[in-house]
Amino acid sequence: MTLTAPVATPATAAQQPPLLSVRNLRVWYALRKWGFGLAGYVRAVDDVSFDLPRGEAIAVVGESGCGKSSLMRAILGLVRPHSGQILFEGQDIWAGGREGMRRYRMQVGYVQQDPYGALPPFMSVRRILEEPLILAGIKDRKERLERIIRVLEEVKMSPPEDFLNKFPHMLSGGQQQRVVIARAIIRDPKLLVADEPVSMLDASVRVEILKLLRQIQEEHNLAVIYITHDLSTVRYFSERIFVMYAGKLIEKASVKDILESPRHPYTKALLAAIPEPDAENAKHLREVPPGEPPSLVNPPSGCRFHPRCPEILRGLCEVKEPPEVEVGPAHLTSCWLYAEERPSRTA
Amino acid sequence: MASEQRYLLKVEDLVLYFQTRRGLVQAVDHVDFHLGENRAVVIIGESGCGKTSLTRAIMRLLPRNVGRFEGRVYLDGEDIMLLDDEEFRTKIRWNKITWVPQAAMNALNPVIRVGEQVAEPLILHRKMSKAEALDRARELFQYVGVPEAFLTRYPFELSGGMRQRVAIAMALITDPRLIVLDEPTSALDVLTQANIYNVLKKIKWELGASYILITHDVATASELADDVAVMYAGQIVEMSDAESFFKEPLHPYARLLMASVPRLHGDEELEFIPGQPPSLLNPPKGCRFADRCPLAFAKCQEEPPMFRVDGRMVKCWLFEDQGEVVIREETPAVAGD
Repeated sequence: MTLTAPVATPATAAQQPPLLSVRNLRVWYALRKWGFGLAGYVRAVDDVSFDLPRGEAIAVVGESGCGKSSLMRAILGLVRPHSGQILFEGQDIWAGGREGMRRYRMQVGYVQQDPYGALPPFMSVRRILEEPLILAGIKDRKERLERIIRVLEEVKMSPPEDFLNKFPHMLSGGQQQRVVIARAIIRDPKLLVADEPVSMLDASVRVEILKLLRQIQEEHNLAVIYITHDLSTVRYFSERIFVMYAGKLIEKASVKDILESPRHPYTKALLAAIPEPDAENAKHLREVPPGEPPSLVNPPSGCRFHPRCPEILRGLCEVKEPPEVEVGPAHLTSCWLYAEERPSRTA
Repeated sequence: MASEQRYLLKVEDLVLYFQTRRGLVQAVDHVDFHLGENRAVVIIGESGCGKTSLTRAIMRLLPRNVGRFEGRVYLDGEDIMLLDDEEFRTKIRWNKITWVPQAAMNALNPVIRVGEQVAEPLILHRKMSKAEALDRARELFQYVGVPEAFLTRYPFELSGGMRQRVAIAMALITDPRLIVLDEPTSALDVLTQANIYNVLKKIKWELGASYILITHDVATASELADDVAVMYAGQIVEMSDAESFFKEPLHPYARLLMASVPRLHGDEELEFIPGQPPSLLNPPKGCRFADRCPLAFAKCQEEPPMFRVDGRMVKCWLFEDQGEVVIREETPAVAGD
């Protein structure tokens, strides 16, 4: 399954459909006037499509407010899409009703951003990890304990017995995040959604957690969606990067292609803004596109990046939405600069 | 220390301990550093290392449970630790030293228009009229890149990046000698972060401001740094000029910290520092990093002094043979609570 055929129907996608397939997904939130009467929509995710094969790690990179969390919430089944589909092993996750959703969520793990906020303060580590097993219908206490101990060892909290009766506030930030990861993988999910899993941690711990996630991903052949605003951690973790801007995926490519030959002007700007430790940085200003990400209620016409774009094609970019263009093997970007045929400009 | 040399700020033997039910927390433990005119020193450290306590000690914005607070802080040659609280409030705080607090974007008063908040220090400290102060605020808004129309807006109407700029404008309004920046961009996106650093650089180059920048992020630290101080468990363990520091840190902790910075290019394997920083309630007797240090040896059970190596300072026994010990003059205790 390659990126070049994102709209292939699951039936024709040969023997095995991709684990997760997102098709023309729109997550819009209705704006109400005085509590009723539709006043418009916040178009948080607007026409997003991609496939995620088994065992692959992808990263969705974007600034706050670009819709990456809405995309994640839709994939977790926490918000109902305005239109479009999310297929898990070929099945629409909303087609099976409550029971179907329950079964789907059984196979998805979720690693939250803020470990302290994600762990109930009044539950011990043992209870936190036991709950998903009880919900999964495992009645045997001994089996549950065995699995808890096994998963704690897997996230390198050893000896596990020392941690079973601890409460979240007794753990360091890194240990809390390990418990969150343990909880996410304890039911052997096929898909893991990690929302900025290291942004709240200290630099020295961050790498440790990223390495741990990578190891778990490889051992369990997990598909992972890693949501982040930090491009610099992405290459230690995933194979492909999707760059998101104002509700759209504007560039999809391998990590190597994004880092070495970014094509979309937004991706280029994003990369240029990331400092690396170098005393030279203090001697010159950084090139940054002016302005701020647009409102998603009335996104700009045409390409949504055009008001800030340094390479804008006047008369085209602000009028017509750019098509998704293949600029290299499995490297797609939505930008007029790379389109072979451009409609004549209007201005 | 070469006392002939002029420093804008010189901190000597600064101590700030907090009293808790479980004992004294040694948040800032005998810290020395200095800062030249129109320069920026970056204090790098992980959360809980005492870097925010250090700025609070300099700004004298202390919580109620101070156990011990002493040392010398010279600003323009004057020991500001000798001033009483009222003198400090009127003469120093927001006159000579200003502060952009951590998450400054949330530190603005939600029910006062941002223009008035920015103008307030001039009205209070410089006895200006409101109209004059607002005019000055308008100029500064322009300078830091906030549209003038935002003067009459409330904080919730502004984006995070704009609020951060407002906080910077507020710190600039009294033409201070020194601006303390506590994690000015930790909550912002990369593009906004780059924008804010551009503004800070411009202020430094054009207005001659000096900065103390507190951060945990080694990469963004390099955006502004002339000098780098690395803080670990309440102590400064290395102080270097930025050029040499980013080329090659000396202290083993600083080296590991540098190796843990994710980079966009290159294939170096990322490293992490096993273990956790010690509790500041009962820090270890010897070197505080010894337990996590891959290079620790027998001597590390004793506390290392500061060694001066090629003009840099490092608190580590590894440099005993290469450097001379920096001797600090005895401090007369002052301003204890």
